[in-house]
Amino acid sequence: MIPEGKRKIWQDYQKEIAIDRYFYVRSCVRQNFFPASEKVFLKIMREELAKDVYENAAHTTCSGIGYHSDIVPFDTTMTVIARQFALMTEAGYRNFVTSCITSFGLYSEVMETWHHFPDELKKARKYLKQATGREFDLPENIVHASDIIFKFRKEIAGRGRYRLIHHLTGKPLQVVEHIGCHYSKMFPSKSVGGAEYPYVLVGMIEEWGGDVIDYPERRHCCGFGFRQYLIKANRGYSLANSRKKFESMKPYKPDFILTNCPGCPMFLDRWQYTLSEMEGVTYGDQGRGIPVLTYEELSGLMLGYDPWDVGLQVHQVPVEPLLDKIGIPYDPDKKYLGKEGVDLGKPAMPPRLKYP
Amino acid sequence: MGKLYDLLTRDIRFVEGLKACLNCGTCTAICPAAEFYDYQPRQILEILQGKEDGSIEELLRGDMIWYCGECMSCVTRCPRGNAPGLLITALRSLSQELGYFVESEKGRQQLAIKRTVGEWILEYGYCLFPSNIRPELHPEQGPVWQWEIEHLPDVMERLGANYRKTGPGILRKIPDEDLAELHRIFEVTGGLARYRKIEDFSRQKAREMNLELDDGLESEYIRHIYTTCDPKHTATR
Repeated sequence: MIPEGKRKIWQDYQKEIAIDRYFYVRSCVRQNFFPASEKVFLKIMREELAKDVYENAAHTTCSGIGYHSDIVPFDTTMTVIARQFALMTEAGYRNFVTSCITSFGLYSEVMETWHHFPDELKKARKYLKQATGREFDLPENIVHASDIIFKFRKEIAGRGRYRLIHHLTGKPLQVVEHIGCHYSKMFPSKSVGGAEYPYVLVGMIEEWGGDVIDYPERRHCCGFGFRQYLIKANRGYSLANSRKKFESMKPYKPDFILTNCPGCPMFLDRWQYTLSEMEGVTYGDQGRGIPVLTYEELSGLMLGYDPWDVGLQVHQVPVEPLLDKIGIPYDPDKKYLGKEGVDLGKPAMPPRLKYP
Repeated sequence: MGKLYDLLTRDIRFVEGLKACLNCGTCTAICPAAEFYDYQPRQILEILQGKEDGSIEELLRGDMIWYCGECMSCVTRCPRGNAPGLLITALRSLSQELGYFVESEKGRQQLAIKRTVGEWILEYGYCLFPSNIRPELHPEQGPVWQWEIEHLPDVMERLGANYRKTGPGILRKIPDEDLAELHRIFEVTGGLARYRKIEDFSRQKAREMNLELDDGLESEYIRHIYTTCDPKHTATR
């Protein structure tokens, strides 16, 4: 597709993103697998951008993984979401920001349901009152955390120490961007850039100096599929879908993959290891895999944060080749240390996926 | 209109998801599940538009409705504004309400999801909790995850988590009074009733299949539903 065409589509999908005073809700998947990403997001928001981001310890899961694996009824999820809104209302906030894409999709779905079927909103208010005694106002603005980093991408670039440029050749890095399905496939108008050519990660990559790779399976799902991953017997579904993407992006020689959904980077990272074990297939330079980053991790790297403070040591695919290309220094001896240098040993080296 | 179709129309997601399907197959072309399983969302829409109880019951008792990954890729592309993925959520709900889910291999898996994610939601306030993502059940997580699990509190502290402690933060201990509110929401809205149905119908099925089923994750029935995969699901590709 010609760039002018994409820009026209992007103009049709502009969303309002509040600029301050956010009520923040966390992601189950992110906290389990890439917890430091949420730490980095809050650090950037509070310390770099001086924004007011409030978190209430009383908030819970939105129940999204349970809902999308169909063990949790819609009425239940709708009321759990109503409770999150009640906590926001009680704290005096109106701008709701979610770390999770599954949650973002569900908040959008519930808001649309309440808009088109006002009786469902009445029902949620009744259930919430009955169960907790709480009441709530609707948020004025609901965004995903990646929307906010997109919004402030120029400010981050302005404060940044690094760019997505190979520090030896001066050439832009080649980046695959992968958007979580529930960010825009259900409600394109709730996203930055729509469902076919979402701009939220493209905007960051371009602003920070990289080139975006357009490859055939760019919009294909990572393969999470909820129950398809949760049950061991179904995991071939998840693996096969990620594999389809790796094969499709392979000829374009990506330097790394950037994601905005909590689940996708875990699958795209772990399935590269699994494929190396199952099929002896490795992607990326010299069998080292293609590093997969969250947008929070990348933002932190651009700002000059230490890669191990950003949490890159818990990736199964080694990130060092990417750090070397950008010219980001790191201490390999500190990679697996605990807080204050406590020795935690090291993970075993996988037999096939190569490590530096 | 059949009785089952009538029950489906009481689900708001069914009302939202089914407008008028012209059976063009665009949903099937874009569907990740259709590439992996012997599955066509188009076929499901065709059956639903037929409104015939026998065919709908077959759907509710079969494997087909459990193949979808709910990625919702079909929603973007449908030229008529249908949402096959949303219809799947309504079908799966009804299948569980009526106990038909235990009649298929894929449907029976719901008990394993209820006993993991379902219980973790109420126990921790999170859908997932790292100490429960055991490497032996998740070999694909690799050696780095194995190392994380072996040093979980220390790794979480290094990464900035507030692991199992009070106050806000990553993987904090959600206060008991908030977990109690979550539990009451599940009680009031039918969440616990859904859990009970999954348990009750599964216990009945386990007896029929002569497989032992206790309250945990180690019994024969759980192991069976967690690992069994008949090649028929993908056999035609």
